[in-house]
Amino acid sequence: MSTNYELIADLEREPSFLAKTFRDLPVVPIVILSVIIFAAIFAPLLSPHDPEYASLADRNAEPFWVSGSTGEFPLGADALGRDVLSRIIYGTRISLLVSFVAIVTGVAIGGVLGMVAGYVGSHTDEFIMRLCDISLAIPYILIALVAVIIFGQSVPVLLAILAFSTWSAFARQVRAETLVLKQLDYVSLAKVAGCSHFRILAKHILPGVVNTIVVIATLRVGAVIMFEAILSYLGAGIPPPTPSWGSMVSDGRDYLPTAWWIAFFPGVAIFLTVTALNFMGDWLRDKLDPRLRQSV
Amino acid sequence: MLLFIARRGLYTIFSLIAATAIVFFLSRAQGDPRNVLITGYFSQEIWDAWGVEMGLNKPLIVQYLIWLKNALLGDFGTSINAARPAWDLIQDRIPATLQLAGVSWALSFLVGIPLGVVSAVNRASFWDYFARIFALVGQALPPFWLGLMLILLFSVQLDLLPAGTRGGPANYVLPCITLAWTAASGNVRLMRSSMLEVLDSEFVKLAKVKGAAHNRVVWKHAARNAMIAPLTYSGLILAAFMAGTVVTETVFAWPGIGRLAVDSVMQTDFPVMTGVVLVLTAIYLLVALAIDILYAFVDPRIRIS
Repeated sequence: MSTNYELIADLEREPSFLAKTFRDLPVVPIVILSVIIFAAIFAPLLSPHDPEYASLADRNAEPFWVSGSTGEFPLGADALGRDVLSRIIYGTRISLLVSFVAIVTGVAIGGVLGMVAGYVGSHTDEFIMRLCDISLAIPYILIALVAVIIFGQSVPVLLAILAFSTWSAFARQVRAETLVLKQLDYVSLAKVAGCSHFRILAKHILPGVVNTIVVIATLRVGAVIMFEAILSYLGAGIPPPTPSWGSMVSDGRDYLPTAWWIAFFPGVAIFLTVTALNFMGDWLRDKLDPRLRQSV
Repeated sequence: MLLFIARRGLYTIFSLIAATAIVFFLSRAQGDPRNVLITGYFSQEIWDAWGVEMGLNKPLIVQYLIWLKNALLGDFGTSINAARPAWDLIQDRIPATLQLAGVSWALSFLVGIPLGVVSAVNRASFWDYFARIFALVGQALPPFWLGLMLILLFSVQLDLLPAGTRGGPANYVLPCITLAWTAASGNVRLMRSSMLEVLDSEFVKLAKVKGAAHNRVVWKHAARNAMIAPLTYSGLILAAFMAGTVVTETVFAWPGIGRLAVDSVMQTDFPVMTGVVLVLTAIYLLVALAIDILYAFVDPRIRIS
């Protein structure tokens, strides 16, 4: 009995580790992101209509609150009579898929190159860092536009361009972290103990840079989603008729005065997603990696 | 110092070669450029003679070097659609883009810096929350969508401002807001954090202790020092604007190089396309180089490392 009371007293004195970690959890962004992930997984169940089914009788149908609406299309229909809400729900799939694949590829390339650059040093380091500089200077929007003429609108090409536009952010930061880590005693001891370079990188350096990678990845997802939307808007992104938020805004461009909802709602979806991701990234950075606060 | 400039200059040239080589080889991957030009009946002899004239019988890498040499001498080839030298087309468009980028750049500072200062000085006040929401929104708004919504509100609904093309000062309002908001958000965040740091430093406390007026301490002592962080990025922002105008110019039908790039892509006009990439990349790299040299000049530590 008494031990129980002591336990409760203990709990009151010191908040538990979990409570401390999640005290200032960003609730709103987490809710937004959960909704988006939920929508992506259960898109066929949630969508009131087939996102690619066009019915010209319903072209530019009004959202439910506008007078004259039948209420059949909650957020209205586009110029081909496709349901805007269903297209936004299915659009989460392409946004998440594209950003996930691009970020994972970017992490793989940038993480490995960054660790190698920081660990090996000298000319290798110089060479990889110059590659980073070059990557930063390349106008990827224009390259993506050129690639579209040559290969047509294609998802693999888009993914490659997005991955190439994002790897240098990881390489730079991972290199900086590796430079610090490789000076530490435990890495020297591992060397003395006869570990191979590969083992040192994989077992001793990698765990030290994982936090940095997670933080930058979260901050970069929003940027990648935005970049995909810009390319899709310019006609250099996801090939139609697959619904993507950027191309939906572009579809509504010519109908602004009469059917504003076609362009409006997909933009709101992009805005909410990117805001939520930026919030999460800032929060994770403060929690996991306060040193990054100055540099990103 | 000279060694530093030489090294940085060399990297700049490498970057430029890399960017243009990507575009050049991509354009060749599409197929024989003669296919684009062909009109009506051609005999094999004319086709071959044409190939020799355009240097298509040489290896690809040699073709690229020839193109690069001509480009450096100001000859970007002839535009396929306009039948004019590509450089002329690009040259015509540069002023429009420079004006749009320049005005937006100034706007991003005029709005971003004061907001950042006010937000840092009066923490948790109305202006602090305003500045933070302003920055939050600005970093997540899709630029093309922002542009369309501004058109919808101010041109279609209120009929106050023109929706596109160049003209009087009123034509600048919407495109400049579209282009400047994101950069202004960056400036707010940078200025706010660096201002908080400076306000905490010894010399600011000394200025307060010796009885300097509040406004004088904030704007003369603190803000001037805190400006260093946003100024570091200012050059890169201007350079990024030059490429970022692709989206804004498309939304507002602004006759600059960004729109020229999109149009030349749609018309598969490769001489213009490669020229635009070269020009935009060159501007970005030269600005970055100038900043690096400037910093090495100001701060000797950079030269050594």
